[in-house]
Amino acid sequence: MCLAIPMRLEERDEFSGRVSLDGVSRQISLMLFPEAEVGQWLLVHAGYAISAIDEQQAEETLALLSEYAGEMMEL
Amino acid sequence: MRTRDPFSDSEAVRGLAREIAREAEELEARLTIMEVCGSHTHAIARAGLRSLLPEKIRLISGPGCPVCVTPVDWLDHAIALVERGDVILSSFGDLMRVPSSRRTLEEIRSEGAPVEILYSPRDALKLARSRPEKKIVFLAVGFETTAPTIAAALVEAEAEGLENFLILPGNKTMPEPMRLIAGDPEIAVDAFLLPGHVSVITGSDAFEFLARDYGLPGIVAGFAPTDVLRAVLEIIAQGKHGEAKIVNAYGRVVTREGNQAARKILDEVFVASPARWRGLGEIPASGLDLRPELAHRNAALLPVELPEPIEPPGCRCGEVLKGMIDPPECPLFGAPCIPERPVGACMVSSEGSCAAWYRHERWRNMESGR
Repeated sequence: MCLAIPMRLEERDEFSGRVSLDGVSRQISLMLFPEAEVGQWLLVHAGYAISAIDEQQAEETLALLSEYAGEMMEL
Repeated sequence: MRTRDPFSDSEAVRGLAREIAREAEELEARLTIMEVCGSHTHAIARAGLRSLLPEKIRLISGPGCPVCVTPVDWLDHAIALVERGDVILSSFGDLMRVPSSRRTLEEIRSEGAPVEILYSPRDALKLARSRPEKKIVFLAVGFETTAPTIAAALVEAEAEGLENFLILPGNKTMPEPMRLIAGDPEIAVDAFLLPGHVSVITGSDAFEFLARDYGLPGIVAGFAPTDVLRAVLEIIAQGKHGEAKIVNAYGRVVTREGNQAARKILDEVFVASPARWRGLGEIPASGLDLRPELAHRNAALLPVELPEPIEPPGCRCGEVLKGMIDPPECPLFGAPCIPERPVGACMVSSEGSCAAWYRHERWRNMESGR
């Protein structure tokens, strides 16, 4: 449940932004990570960015998540 | 872009396991390592790490699954709120199948009770805007990763004057139960595997007390099997040198101070309070209650009729959550308690120790190994 998912920030305004992953995009809040920059990979948890993450670590996390998918994605 | 599959990287896993076996030979005593993160529980069971590790390394799970540690009477309270008639419950999906004294949220929902499953507390704000005649109560569970998202939604509701958004406070924080476990000679933990995404918020400094006060190493680790094994190697190395340090092995995403914006919002909204943990009882300062100035958002203050709480008879979830028994030692494990029809909370979520063991460990013909 504490798992956060890496997504890339496509655009932002003051408090929110649009992230995407594999062509699926989603509005998120940037209230918990206001310094987020467009183009950056972010860790997204329950609709909020909580941190930036470098691209390599994002890839590794996504590979892991796809392996856990089905069981973990109920979260 | 998905170039590396950490599970198909079994050569790396076996290589690390061999290295651990070599290093562990020199250990004088058995080393008990507790993880306190549902994603670690899941990863260890899923990758079968217990069967790859030598006798001297024992991996146990602690209270790291938020829905597993949610007590029965808190769920009773949630259900009692629906019975008022003016409340719509909104919840993360994980809570739906957790047993209360009577029924689960999923059961009352299937009978038509207004229970909405949401991905984000922000979705509950949307619901509150569209249903002004109802009180939208968000069931606030989760540790430090999740609590700031709920705090942020509350700040947004306050700014907007959205009066019908409330929460049932139930968020918990990790350091306090870990302090309890670290000091318990019966559990006898030698080191902790620390949660990656909780540490993103809290910072690794939040766990310094383990080394300082209890002389225990703690490694912030990622969720790949190789991450867990590297953390085990680090713990063995510290043990050999008689060291106890808190080490971040999860890269730049975790800092010593954590996420300052999130910690500030947490502090604006919540205050540390005593909280009851399933199996562990009441732990001082381990819960997040709403600040008194936000009492109008506190659904726990709405009048309700609560039943006498009934724990599932025979369920040993409490001992599982403290790492005192492995799940197969519970008489209910496997029959009648299974993931499809959980009796206790630890069998509900895929992050729960019992569900992870049931699905992935070779428990059917095993001795407990203790």
